[in-house]
Amino acid sequence: MAINWFKYSSPASFYSLAGKLTPLFSITAFILFVVGLYISFFVAPTDFQQSEAYRIIFIHVPVAWMSMFLYLIMAGWAAIGLAFNTRLSSMIATAIAPTGAMFTFLALWTGALWGKPMWGAWWVWDARLTSELILLFLYIGFMALQAAIDDPRRADKAGAILALVGVVNIPIIYFSVKWWNTLHQGATVSLTQSPKMATTMLTGMLIMSLACWMYSIALVLMRTRTIILERERHTVWVSELQGAA
Amino acid sequence: MFLWVIQRDLLLAMRQRADVLTTLFFFIIVVSLFPLGVGPEINMLRSMAPGVVWVAALLASMLSLERMFSSDYLDGTLEQMLLSPQPLSLLVLGKALAHWLVTGVPLVLIAPILGIQFNLSTDALLILAVSLLLGTPVLSLIGAIGAALTLGLRGGGVLVSLLVLPLYIPVLIFGAGAVEASSAGLVASAHLSLLGAFLLASLVLAPWAAAAALRISIE
Amino acid sequence: MNWASWSDFFAMGGYGFYVWGSFLVSLLCIVGEITLVFNRRRTLLRQLSLIHKATQYEQNNETTS
Repeated sequence: MAINWFKYSSPASFYSLAGKLTPLFSITAFILFVVGLYISFFVAPTDFQQSEAYRIIFIHVPVAWMSMFLYLIMAGWAAIGLAFNTRLSSMIATAIAPTGAMFTFLALWTGALWGKPMWGAWWVWDARLTSELILLFLYIGFMALQAAIDDPRRADKAGAILALVGVVNIPIIYFSVKWWNTLHQGATVSLTQSPKMATTMLTGMLIMSLACWMYSIALVLMRTRTIILERERHTVWVSELQGAA
Repeated sequence: MFLWVIQRDLLLAMRQRADVLTTLFFFIIVVSLFPLGVGPEINMLRSMAPGVVWVAALLASMLSLERMFSSDYLDGTLEQMLLSPQPLSLLVLGKALAHWLVTGVPLVLIAPILGIQFNLSTDALLILAVSLLLGTPVLSLIGAIGAALTLGLRGGGVLVSLLVLPLYIPVLIFGAGAVEASSAGLVASAHLSLLGAFLLASLVLAPWAAAAALRISIE
Repeated sequence: MNWASWSDFFAMGGYGFYVWGSFLVSLLCIVGEITLVFNRRRTLLRQLSLIHKATQYEQNNETTS
């Protein structure tokens, strides 16, 4: 049974597909969040080193993973949009950017709040924190560029190039910042040996990351549908939709 | 063709000599502002000098990015360039190198003199010049991508800096790091070799990406 | 259930401010983002239906005149 991949690549059919999928993902996200939070607060034991402060890990780590993961997915969709000239993939890339930026901001915020009790400082020029900050600048640059260009087609392609140039630079930035950090103050602070992960902690964190994942899929689908409507407002199927609504 | 582009751009730059000088004076002023802000205390200045000079060089080269394509874009020569049989990335490479010759090289020459303001040792000044020599072309090349992306946009100048600054960070880290390493007595060859690697990588990749960006902006 | 009472659940071993600070802001951002997308969609749909009604209205007038 050959799957016709391109059946859903036309905005019209994708619109209805996304409509059906969004509630599915948002409900799973909600359930996973509730379960994850329950585990992180009520099941996971108190950590011998940092007593309760370590519970921030249950939101900080999934959010940080998501921020990097979403940038890669965004760049992937942007590349597909550029290569196959499919407007829908660029719309998805545009839809991912705000959620990715939000997760990066949250990673920085929760990281700072976790750093205060643990290292005694809101902000430490650690390699990871700095590259997370630069990732936030990349996201904002992407969104600013797309906002500045009126013609959607050019905005998609320009954004795609910036995202791809950004993806090539992420490892470079990370390693140069890592080298720079160890060069200056030495690895006084290293998060590498995170507290010995009791199983419940690990499961809690994994569930929370899954929840974040489901949440971002649902949200991106919703935003893509809005973008589709925005860009296809003059088409026939949108007016039919209006007629029906 | 490649040399023609560089030669033409140099000619253009020479005609409006003011542009060349504004970038240079911007660099000089920014570098001299810091001691006023931070205080004349010598060894503080010395430890700060590499970072200050490099950030100023970054900003100065970014200031003139906007004009790299916009003048040609307005009077249509950019479209001609797009249509020419020559590979577009070669032309973009030419323009980026012309931009580097106009803004980067003067910075490299002036920087050691400014370094004296910060009481840097002579070999640190030498390393500063070499690191700038290696680093500023990378700034122009990556900047070319930013300039191509934001061609003809309102508020393009600010947007270019927002796009391009995150990409400049590795160059800034190793550029300033090289000078700092040499002033601390360590050998700076590691930093310089990495800067050289960035240069080679951007020489190959940046024009190609900037050409693709140009094709999109011109459509 | 390792919390004796609600009060030390919120105290969170003295780190309440940090833990709840991060979780609350995350919740705020997520809820904020959802509402943003929702009302962006609502205003758009309202606009589209207005346009639709306007074109509908025009068509009726043309045929009747």
